[in-house]
Amino acid sequence: MTLQTQIQVQTQVEPENIIENTIVSADNVNVFYGEKQALSNICLDVPRNKVTSLIGPSGCGKTTFLKCINRMNDLIDICRVEGEIMVDKQDIYDPAVDVVALRAHIGMVFQKPNPFPKSIFENVAYGMHIHNLTSSKTEMADRVEVALKSAAIWDEVKDRLDQPGTSLSGGQQQRLCIARAIAVQPKIILMDEPASALDPIATAKIEELIDELRQDYTIIIVTHSMQQAARVSQFTAFFHMGELVEHGKTKNIFTNPNDERTQNYITGRIG
Amino acid sequence: MINSFTTPTPQLKRRHASEKRFQWLGKIAITIAIGFLLVMVATISWMGIGAFKQTQIQLPVFLDPDSIDRTAPINADYGAIIKKALREKFPDVTKRRDKRKLYKLLSSQATFTVQNKVLENPDLIGQTVAIWFIASDDVDMYYKGNISVDEAGNAGKLDKKQLQWVTALKKSGAVKTVFNSRFFLSGDSREPELAGILSAFVGTALTLTVCFALSFPVGILAAIYLEEFTPKNRWADLIEVNINNLAAVPSIVFGLLGLAVLLNTFGLPRSSPLVGGLVLALMTLPTIIIASRAALRAVPPSIREAALGIGATKIQTVFHHVAPLAMPGMLTGAIVGMARALGETAPLLMIGMVAFIVDTPSSILQPATALPVQIFLWADSPERAFLEKTSAAIMVLLAFLIAMNLIAIILRNKYRQRF
Repeated sequence: MTLQTQIQVQTQVEPENIIENTIVSADNVNVFYGEKQALSNICLDVPRNKVTSLIGPSGCGKTTFLKCINRMNDLIDICRVEGEIMVDKQDIYDPAVDVVALRAHIGMVFQKPNPFPKSIFENVAYGMHIHNLTSSKTEMADRVEVALKSAAIWDEVKDRLDQPGTSLSGGQQQRLCIARAIAVQPKIILMDEPASALDPIATAKIEELIDELRQDYTIIIVTHSMQQAARVSQFTAFFHMGELVEHGKTKNIFTNPNDERTQNYITGRIG
Repeated sequence: MINSFTTPTPQLKRRHASEKRFQWLGKIAITIAIGFLLVMVATISWMGIGAFKQTQIQLPVFLDPDSIDRTAPINADYGAIIKKALREKFPDVTKRRDKRKLYKLLSSQATFTVQNKVLENPDLIGQTVAIWFIASDDVDMYYKGNISVDEAGNAGKLDKKQLQWVTALKKSGAVKTVFNSRFFLSGDSREPELAGILSAFVGTALTLTVCFALSFPVGILAAIYLEEFTPKNRWADLIEVNINNLAAVPSIVFGLLGLAVLLNTFGLPRSSPLVGGLVLALMTLPTIIIASRAALRAVPPSIREAALGIGATKIQTVFHHVAPLAMPGMLTGAIVGMARALGETAPLLMIGMVAFIVDTPSSILQPATALPVQIFLWADSPERAFLEKTSAAIMVLLAFLIAMNLIAIILRNKYRQRF
């Protein structure tokens, strides 16, 4: 317990790591799977319109934390979340919060590309359709085009929008999933290792895309690749054994970590 | 340690040998299964193919204007007219007992054949018309070669004299076999040569329609609710165990339930396709629920995550994405259940669908019988001619089954999506 407090104190003290204009703010978050505690006392602020990457060895709780932000953990019967997560100054675990509305504002891109087995057009249009975001067919078509363009996949699919999304290559599928997420214009996009199933070229495209999307969206990305974290993110949080060890500006974490465990992880000694 | 890739070690040889052995066992098993299937189909076809043919006898009939009233031809005694025609064909038959034997060559339907001819065309009265009559079942059996002549000179119920008459008719070209359309277009009868499959076929179709209309939506909705919405707790386990147990309950128990509850408590019409369908639906439900749940479980969770992650409600997730992907599996489950229901006899016996039904039911409230029950009834009949009817009815039942499966396969391929 004392150790955890120390860490918090440390991370808060570093002056260059102070985060301004937060959009997501977690305070003392504990997550349990049945009896097992997966996250303990996570306090993390995520800045608006920046890319924050969550790094750490497998099983450290970074995906669990990510899924807390859009309450996907609700789907797991035995999962229990304590503490407070504020998104735009609203506690998302307040009983009055409607998860459907929440998830419309917080999009998610998964580790494995998971387009619906429907046409490319329908994949992107689906979110707008269920949230009633468009009033006419032409508006829908326009917004699908905009979403596909923002996801940098329009040129590749514009001639075959009626073909199944599953017929695309892995990297294209993942960009389609990003288009699907941004079509409903969320504030935040959560990405759970979005490039881990892709080859280096597709990964490069996704990373480029993430950098562009940062203009309009806040992105929180879980990644196993420290190079990727270093390339795409402005802020980095290092998780270890269910604890948030350290978080701050990416360049500080990678060049001058405060904690020995962070040092060991980024130099490849643990993980 | 491997010294060479070309000389396998004894241990590797043993592994290959066991693989070969297993493959051979599989091949033998499949051969045996196909063999049995062929034997079954061949036997049934061999025995039943004759039922699709009907023996007819031609007689010149004098439509005597003295005995047929032109103003009311329906009231004439056509039985007497036919008997007269038979006596004229065989003038040497004089004894009363022989005459009676002679009359038995034709089916009892013969009077209606003449009557219909006259009613259709009253101008025929006063003329001699050559009419083809349905032969009695004994003549039919003999003529088709299903029974042979024994040492005493008899063939089944036909005695020596009757055989002589048949032979004489045959020589004069007055006996033929035609396609037995009657078998497909009429209901059951006590006379084997007149019995048809239509009423049982329609009864089965109505019963299965009721069964499908009830068990498919209820089964699928139950499966979706249990799989996607109920929390996984002790109650869910209890329900699952009970559904699995229900699937194994002997079908006659469902028949008893139908008898006690549907007929006696609710007073629904006895022998009706409605009650039959309800009972079969109860029996089919567990099968559909189990298969549908398995199909839902096979849908990758990533699809659910994708839909929920974009802000779809649970019900949208299920009905827009999960259920369509599970539909082929659900249809397969439904068809397995329906195939079982199609062949079910015991529960239908309990609710009175075993009754002797001649008329084709036109609604689900009218008394009806079903194909398997019809097979059961015919197999139970003492007349030799019902033997081939039984086999023919089995062929119709199998054709029904194959048609049903075919529709299911077509539907399944239509709904199949890649994921």
